[in-house]
Amino acid sequence: MQAHALKPEEHYIVDEPYYEPIADEIQVFEAAYHNQLPILLKGPTGCGKTRFIEHMAWRLKLPLITVACHDDLTASDLVGRYLVMHGETVWMDGPLAKAVRIGGICYLDEVVEARKDTTVVIHPLGDDRRNLPMEKKGELLEAPESFCLSMSYNPGYQSVLKDLKQSTRQRFIALNFNYPNAELERKIIEKETGIDVKIAKQLVKFADMTRNLKGAGLDEGASTRLLVHAAKLIVKGVNPVAATRGAIGHALSDDDEMLAAIDELSASLF
Amino acid sequence: MKKQPSLNAKEMETRLNALIDTEFSMRCFTEQAQQLTRFNRVQQEFVLHWVEVLTQTSEDFADQFVSISAKALDLMSQESIRALILQAMDAFDEMGALEAIKILREVESFAKNEAKKQSGVALDDVSGILEHFVCGLNGRQLKIQSALESYTDTENIYLPALITHFSNKEDNFRLYKALLVHQWAQTWYGSWRIVEILQAHLETLEKPELFLSAFHFFETIRLDHCIARDFPGQYRDMYRLRTLLTQQLEQSWYQKTKILCAHTATVKDSYLLSKQYYNELSPTRCCYQGILQLDQIIQTMSERIESEKARFKIDLKNILDEIKEKNIAPESQVVEEKFHVDIDKSDIDGELEITLYLDGEPVAPPEETLATLESIIQDLGDIPDDYLVPAGDGDYTLEARSNKQDSHNIWGGVLQDEGIYLYKEWDYLRQHYRKDWCVLKEKDVHPSYDHFVTKALQQHKGLIKSLRRTFEALRGENKRLKKQPFGEDIDIDAVVEAYADQQVGLEGSDCLFTRMQKEDRNIAVMLMVDMSGSTKGWINDAEREALVLLSESLETLGDQYAIYGFSGMTRSRCELYRVKRFDEPYNDLVKARISGIRPQDYTRMGVAIRHLSFLLNEVAARTRILITLSDGKPDDYRDYRGEQGIEDTRLALFEAKQSGIHPFCITIDTDGKEYLPHMYGVANYIVLDDVAKLPLKVSDIYRKLTS
Ligand SMILES: Nc1ncnc2c1ncn2[C@@H]1O[C@H](COP(=O)(O)OP(=O)(O)OP(=O)(O)O)[C@@H](O)[C@H]1O
Ligand SMILES: [Mg+2]
Repeated sequence: MQAHALKPEEHYIVDEPYYEPIADEIQVFEAAYHNQLPILLKGPTGCGKTRFIEHMAWRLKLPLITVACHDDLTASDLVGRYLVMHGETVWMDGPLAKAVRIGGICYLDEVVEARKDTTVVIHPLGDDRRNLPMEKKGELLEAPESFCLSMSYNPGYQSVLKDLKQSTRQRFIALNFNYPNAELERKIIEKETGIDVKIAKQLVKFADMTRNLKGAGLDEGASTRLLVHAAKLIVKGVNPVAATRGAIGHALSDDDEMLAAIDELSASLF
Repeated sequence: MKKQPSLNAKEMETRLNALIDTEFSMRCFTEQAQQLTRFNRVQQEFVLHWVEVLTQTSEDFADQFVSISAKALDLMSQESIRALILQAMDAFDEMGALEAIKILREVESFAKNEAKKQSGVALDDVSGILEHFVCGLNGRQLKIQSALESYTDTENIYLPALITHFSNKEDNFRLYKALLVHQWAQTWYGSWRIVEILQAHLETLEKPELFLSAFHFFETIRLDHCIARDFPGQYRDMYRLRTLLTQQLEQSWYQKTKILCAHTATVKDSYLLSKQYYNELSPTRCCYQGILQLDQIIQTMSERIESEKARFKIDLKNILDEIKEKNIAPESQVVEEKFHVDIDKSDIDGELEITLYLDGEPVAPPEETLATLESIIQDLGDIPDDYLVPAGDGDYTLEARSNKQDSHNIWGGVLQDEGIYLYKEWDYLRQHYRKDWCVLKEKDVHPSYDHFVTKALQQHKGLIKSLRRTFEALRGENKRLKKQPFGEDIDIDAVVEAYADQQVGLEGSDCLFTRMQKEDRNIAVMLMVDMSGSTKGWINDAEREALVLLSESLETLGDQYAIYGFSGMTRSRCELYRVKRFDEPYNDLVKARISGIRPQDYTRMGVAIRHLSFLLNEVAARTRILITLSDGKPDDYRDYRGEQGIEDTRLALFEAKQSGIHPFCITIDTDGKEYLPHMYGVANYIVLDDVAKLPLKVSDIYRKLTS
């Protein structure tokens, strides 16, 4: 198989990504979007932030450019840089500039991971200036009406060095995500994997048990994502206890006693 | 290595005589030495080794051991013999020689027990798993304790220290789990919601035990149905255990107790059945039901119900005040101030969805309030109307302070001393600060030049090595890296070189960028160590070890750090103990002070936080962290208990945050979950469930915290 590079027109999402609304987030997002306000998605890992933004891109018929932030991400990685090609220098747009140019959604995933001086470049885009200065190129890129800036942030993060600056977060409309309630979560698992209702119910219950352990030995309970993973294994015929161990237990902890306890919890349900 | 031949009787006797005096006593080891010739050299040396150890305690004691040693070697492994000796030595220390010798003489029954232990399971070995397990189940936090029988007082679950029922470990562990789940089920499925009616009825009976055991019998059936419904896997296990021990329910009872298997069955149904049948019943106890301790249940519950009611009402008042404050426009809407609670059980089985409403509008209560709500519902089944009336102002003044003294004249004069500071404190009842309320004194920890640090370093050699490695990787330096495949700027030198290369027909490199590597860390961290009386013993040891390991790590990292212990008694004697100041190097004196950390009195935390924040803000650093190592809630003699301590500490932390400090708490108090989020914020604390892990975890937590 050949790897293929995505062109801007291919950033469109054609098929509706399945997303189960938890509260009024779709409405709020649309309202913010139409007022050209940037949006911050807050919430623990695996609760559907990425899925939501994909769904919104589809719904609003906008191309989506996602940037996974990491601590080496520099401003030029976002904005663009000169490259030398055939003995000449050529300008290459970074993903942020690209999203501005094509008027799509730019989604900065896990934005706290980026260095603080990097996040500052989004500031002019995040207020009513709505432009992107490209210093090296000496260009000021105006965002078209359809451009939308959004980013995600997990507030449960414990590193004191990685807090979001006030000047950054106060530009955004915040949408708070959490794990869906039991009924919805069950529905999501069923739809995503086609698993039997009864097992889906038990998986949700199991998730709840691990969430009870948050702060008492676990840093985080099982996310919806992990439930979907476990369900996928079960659908393929893996025994439920083994599936929850592999897909959930080991993802949550390395501690032997905790793993044993999680196993027992799972065994008590299935 | 060549196997050494066994000692013969003569040699053995000589060796024994050298260890224990025979000349001036009537002792003679000829016969014992003869018996010991049956064993190989390793076993013989094992005996001689312990004889030598025991002579340090008492020669009679050692003598006794010699005489049982052959029998012991016949019956047990060396590991078990060691356990026997240790048990006897403990008895010697506690109760004297006679008791100790008695234990040695009972070598046979000890051996039998040891054999059982091989297949048995000890609570100590599985309590970690069981605690996590029960915490995952749901509901109020339950502690696991050991006792002779299994029962609950609705806050603790008592389990036997050892289970040897079955001949394999697996089933014995299953039994632990079944005992635990049964007790948990009593608290979760509401066995005690009518405990007062039950108690009153028992008092009218001639043979209350009979009724009580009937009640337990029916209630066990009901709970088993609940478990079968909500935890099918667990039920299968419990059913299997019953079958193994042939304790199945008699067929006829299935008919009579049909009502108990309904979804809607409650403890009342069990109670009514007991009334109906208790005379004709000879109930069989099943292996996991344990016993009922009604007195303890009633006492624990009534205390809890009362305090939770008060707490809930105060919480409601706070919620109301907050809402009123937000709607600043006065009389903008008529506030009826009526609360009500909606409990939705229809969700996935057993899970409750609780919503609190104020005048018909849902409000989001803080997490602790929600926990209180859940606990109340667990006890009572719902929220009675009188709970929903917010506390009035009068409720605050109930505990009106008798202490009316003016803060200034208590310690007139002491201030001249150096190292004395006055700090304000938040008065929770009055809801305002008391100026200059606490007198704080800085002292040095008395250094103790023993081998504690050396030993700790030795013991954790491997760990320290790996900590160094991880921490070295964290140590960032401010360097511009050249010739990088990517980066924020073009590396002109590299471009020129590549260009030139291409011109002459060589392949130009694509590493044409410069990149800044991570900047200096520039972190200052203050370690605030709990030196309250409750840390006595191994918590203190663990704290000291943790400090040694963390210091080693911090030295590798180059972060600035200081270590202070805190304790004190009453507001006029708050004490901070210097272990290491920011400007002090990590040297032998500091090490000796770490080793010299000893438990003192109470934990008045607020003032300690205020002072250490002050010190922390004095040092130049970009990031300032205040880490507290603690074993429990803030607490001081009388006036700093409960809410007062928690609220003052919370405000002190809030002040610290305002000044740019990041507070973080590491605690071994497993109840920490209940009050720490309130004090530190959701993500700023961690509860370690095992003190032994403290030294290991602290450095790890610090790494996560600062990377
Ligand atoms: N509301 C939802 N509707 C549909 N699927 C969902 C929903 N919430 C979670 N999921 C499922 O959970 C999975 C993980 O969600 P997603 O990848 O969006 O998490 P995330 O919040 O972006 O996590 P991270 O912060 O780790 O990136 C999805 O692939 C999807 O299967
Ligand atoms: Mg994501």
